[in-house]
Amino acid sequence: MNWLIAVLQSMLFVALAPLLAGWLKCCKCYLQNRKAPSVIQPYRDLLKLSHKQPVVAEQASWIFLIAPYIIFSATVLAATVVPFIAVNLPTSASADVIVMVGFFAFARFFLALAGLDIGTAFGGMGSSREMTISSLAEPAMLMAVFTLTMTASTTNLSLAIAHVLNEGLVLRPSFVFALAALTLVAIAETGRIPVDNPATHLELTMIHEAMILEYSGRHLALIEWASQLKLMLYGVLIANIFLPWGIAETFSVQALGYGLLAIMGKLAVLAIFLAIAETLVAKMRLFRVQEYLSFAYLLGLLGMLSHIILEASR
Amino acid sequence: MILFLAYSAVLLSFFSGLLGLMMHRRQPLLAFNQYWLAKFPTVNQRCQSAMADCLEEKRFPILLRRAVFFLLGLSGIFAILAGLSVLIGQGVITDQISLGLPWLPWHVRFDCLSGFFFLIIGIAVSAVSLYGPGYVNSYKESQHPFAVLALFTGLFVAGMLLVLLADDAFFFMIAWELMSVASYFLVSFQHENPANRRAAFLYLLMAEVGALAIILGFGVLASFSDGFTFDALRNAQLSTTWASIAFVLALLGFGMKAGIVPVHVWLPEAHPVAPSHISALMSGVMLKVALYGLIRFCFDLLGDVHWQWGVVLLILGTVSALGGILYAMMQPNLKSLLAYSSVENIGIIFMVLGLSMIFMDNGHPQLAALGLLAALLHAFNHALFKNLLFLGAGIIHHQTHQLNIDMMGGLIKKMPKTSVLFLIGCMSISSLPLFNGFVSEWLAFQTALQVDVLDNGVLRSLIPVSAAALALTAALAAACFVKVFGMIFLGQSRSHHCDKAHEIQDKGMLAGLSLLAVLCFLFGIFPGLIISLINNVAGQLLGETLPNDAALGWLWLAPVSANQASYAPPLVLIGALIAAGASFWFLRRNPATVMRRAETWDCGFGGLTPKMQYSCSAFTMPFRRIFNKVWIIDERVEKDMRGAMDQDVAAIRYHLEVHDHSWPHIYQPIENGVNTLAKVVGRIQTGNIRTYLGYSFATLILMLWVIS
Amino acid sequence: MNIEQLDFYTQAILSMAALVGLTSFLMLGQGRLLRLIFVFAMQGFLLTLTTVLAAYSLNNPHLYISAVLTLALKVIFIPWMLRRQVVQMNMHRDIEALKNNTAVMLGGASLMVFSYYVLHPIVQSSSVVMLNALAVSLSVMLLGMLLMISHRQAIAHVVGFMSIENGLFFAAIVSTNGMPLVVELGVAFDVLVAAVLFGIFFFHIRTSIDSLDVDLLNKLHEVDK
Repeated sequence: MNWLIAVLQSMLFVALAPLLAGWLKCCKCYLQNRKAPSVIQPYRDLLKLSHKQPVVAEQASWIFLIAPYIIFSATVLAATVVPFIAVNLPTSASADVIVMVGFFAFARFFLALAGLDIGTAFGGMGSSREMTISSLAEPAMLMAVFTLTMTASTTNLSLAIAHVLNEGLVLRPSFVFALAALTLVAIAETGRIPVDNPATHLELTMIHEAMILEYSGRHLALIEWASQLKLMLYGVLIANIFLPWGIAETFSVQALGYGLLAIMGKLAVLAIFLAIAETLVAKMRLFRVQEYLSFAYLLGLLGMLSHIILEASR
Repeated sequence: MILFLAYSAVLLSFFSGLLGLMMHRRQPLLAFNQYWLAKFPTVNQRCQSAMADCLEEKRFPILLRRAVFFLLGLSGIFAILAGLSVLIGQGVITDQISLGLPWLPWHVRFDCLSGFFFLIIGIAVSAVSLYGPGYVNSYKESQHPFAVLALFTGLFVAGMLLVLLADDAFFFMIAWELMSVASYFLVSFQHENPANRRAAFLYLLMAEVGALAIILGFGVLASFSDGFTFDALRNAQLSTTWASIAFVLALLGFGMKAGIVPVHVWLPEAHPVAPSHISALMSGVMLKVALYGLIRFCFDLLGDVHWQWGVVLLILGTVSALGGILYAMMQPNLKSLLAYSSVENIGIIFMVLGLSMIFMDNGHPQLAALGLLAALLHAFNHALFKNLLFLGAGIIHHQTHQLNIDMMGGLIKKMPKTSVLFLIGCMSISSLPLFNGFVSEWLAFQTALQVDVLDNGVLRSLIPVSAAALALTAALAAACFVKVFGMIFLGQSRSHHCDKAHEIQDKGMLAGLSLLAVLCFLFGIFPGLIISLINNVAGQLLGETLPNDAALGWLWLAPVSANQASYAPPLVLIGALIAAGASFWFLRRNPATVMRRAETWDCGFGGLTPKMQYSCSAFTMPFRRIFNKVWIIDERVEKDMRGAMDQDVAAIRYHLEVHDHSWPHIYQPIENGVNTLAKVVGRIQTGNIRTYLGYSFATLILMLWVIS
Repeated sequence: MNIEQLDFYTQAILSMAALVGLTSFLMLGQGRLLRLIFVFAMQGFLLTLTTVLAAYSLNNPHLYISAVLTLALKVIFIPWMLRRQVVQMNMHRDIEALKNNTAVMLGGASLMVFSYYVLHPIVQSSSVVMLNALAVSLSVMLLGMLLMISHRQAIAHVVGFMSIENGLFFAAIVSTNGMPLVVELGVAFDVLVAAVLFGIFFFHIRTSIDSLDVDLLNKLHEVDK
């Protein structure tokens, strides 16, 4: 029974990801005084792409062809690990937060290989930049995760969120730092401004887009969906770890309904903040990203030090 | 029985070496055959013709090569069986062989720790023996005689196995030297190139300095005990200072062989010049024997570990891991890259070993067992995937006669099977889930996350920082191997070497690789199999096993407790297959959306050439800029200008050289110091006979005075 | 001691401690002078909040006056004066090129660990649970010194000096549960006088060597022509 709910939750997670992307686009358009497309436009885009015939370059090998499926599966697996509506789900026990980071690494590995597969300069450029940014983001992310796991004494995301939920309102300085660090890392990993512009058309400014330049049709649909899912994943992580109130602890229909409403509300607010940040800040040049990410690492480090010095000292 | 298996493994590798010597003895063998037939004329006709066939001129070398590697493979299988039986039985078997000096027989001890490393050596040797016959066919007999290769390979493997069996200091050192000297001859196998000779000499020099440090370490222990056997050394009573001195000496000696920064400089020089299957054995297995030595010395012989030693290991391990992978990224030669990557993985193992020591001394033996388990599992996994990568590099070298990554490309279409196997190796070493590299990284992180039980605040801040460094290392390793796989196999070929390459025909070489690849995947999905074996090692060595032994089923991996962390690789695999399968089936139902091939998009400019692809140094340029201080970089762009005002660029040359910091900062000063010292001491040699008479005179007077 | 077991006031004080430490780090990484002064004002504001919290939960009305004083001086007056000077001397468009920014930041983090290590014996033997915040205030003081060492502009030196005093003030609030008002007034007037003197000195340095880069103070103009 629990497994059924877990599977249903994952499917809901995957299905709602384009909705978040659509809502984010609406907010940005509103802030930039443009007329926004409908909130369900990403669904229409994905449907349109899946009906088109994919055109593949002559030099592409089988890695190019199976990479979209691998990227999508790895991101979906990461989605099953993160508690979306309810905690105490059995899928969280089969993979903890370090495995989730491993899933992201798996997806990124094949995305980078797909970028190198065609043999053009842009793919190599995208792969090189993406691997650089993700390498620098890993220690920062781990530090933020460390702070959480040292507080909750577990790496199982379900149990960690349940622990934070059951403690009530506790003002923790380490969580403030970890939240800031995780937000900065999330922006870097999902490729938003100021690290990468997801809507750019200039190849020399692309990072994520440069690797998928050659994809079309259903392959592109899968990769687009996977990146929307990744954005939602990071949003759910931030919302449910640091502000977990509203998440369902039992499996009654009422609790699950409240949980769904709560997470949708939190994600909507986070999307508004992200849209404001993207509109206010300009994109950084590539070699400034290392300072940005080392600042994120520093925040994570401060969070962990605050935990050791201020919260759990002996 | 178990000891018989172990002894036969050693003897079989000896015999494979000796059999190789028969390569030049075809005529005497023919003569012996005639003599034999003359003596026993009633021997079966078929037997006669079979013997005649074997000794025929053309077939003899091929059959002999196969026979040598068959014996080597048999030795590997016996080693696997011996290791498995002692691990499952959890016994400790001792013996005495009456070789060696008359009053100092050799003591033999075969316990779980030795058995585990026997298992590692056995698997690696079996894979290499499948691979070997096809590979050594490419060596010209006149220049690179097979007899030499076979003899020293046999001695090398036998030496490694004997190190694991040794139970007293003499036997240990004899076996250690056998291993080092045999591998020196293997490294200098292709000695016509002066760079190879220099690399081999450097290797021998550092191996001997390391051996000297180990002997001194044993000496310190022996001076406080009443003998040289390990049993006597175990009972030695040492003060903390002397124990620390012994530890430092052992760390220097074993670390030099294992490849810890800054004594790693021999690794990236020696591994590329050796034959590929020997590099695989050296990198995958010999470094683990050095690790075995360190574990035996610290946890078994010294007994009480101090947490300060753990901090030293932690810091050295972190520096090696980061330095190793950063240097690996900058190497254009595939084998140097793999050698530096071995430095990185050894650094990770030492880091986790240091964590284990810290937990042990602070009164948490179960967490120490977890750390030891993570370290040994990573050693096992590294042996598997590093062997796979080196053997794959050997195949690439065999087919394209090229090791420079910048000259390759597009090999995935020409060598499809090799590319899949090499991809599995790259995925394992990048610690991706579903493969074995990930399980040991996961366990390492779980060990580091237990830091909250410690009392010391500084340690509690230091360990998460090194865990973050471990995360950085893993991410950098993924970047490095994306680059390696992408540059070699994907894209278009960058030089004519790779235009004509084709898939390897020899089934043995592919079989060796496939064996290792299958094991990588198997132990990624079912790590419980090997972890329960390592648990027995920890039980014997530390006296404690994992806290949650009961939950270590075949499905779940929950080292500390199910509430703390758990991982179920088979479920992950099933989930991945379901997700991929569902999307695959759903999206490909419509026959109108069949894929269509077209030309690559070239921005409308046309004329895409393979030279426009990213090269090795281009891919790592952001890393070079960000981590600038880690290397000594010599980067130059030279332009040839022409035209009226020197405006037109006629040609551009790009030159990039990356050097190791250890040379000018550590080894050059040592070299200069030794030279200066030698000059100073050399002053006593004046060449004048009267001075020498004066020396004898002064010594005589001194002796007379002392005696009186 | 775990944070869940403490009351809300102590939790709030500890969070304030962490945020004050964060502002110190932010100041270390700033290249622009106006932003540096703004962050310094933020640090002063956090100190005001801490004083108000202490006043509220300890029922000590003197501390309210102290809070108002801190607000007036450290958040409004001194930053305003420094800002005026910066704009007058036309330095608000200069950017200080911070080399080794990452190394300085990580050095700052190790200073935090070091101050914790140094204060550990004192903290352990005391019963006041907020003494953990002492480690943060010591590190704020050390980070203020690091700010003075790593920046070349003289205005940054003033800000560093004042943030050392901020750290002292914070330490006094958390460890003595408020402090005698007289001492606070004395310290505040000292700082004010120092600020005025700094301003006069800057003006003179600026007219004589035409810049406020303290590295140029090594050069003797008559000799190095």
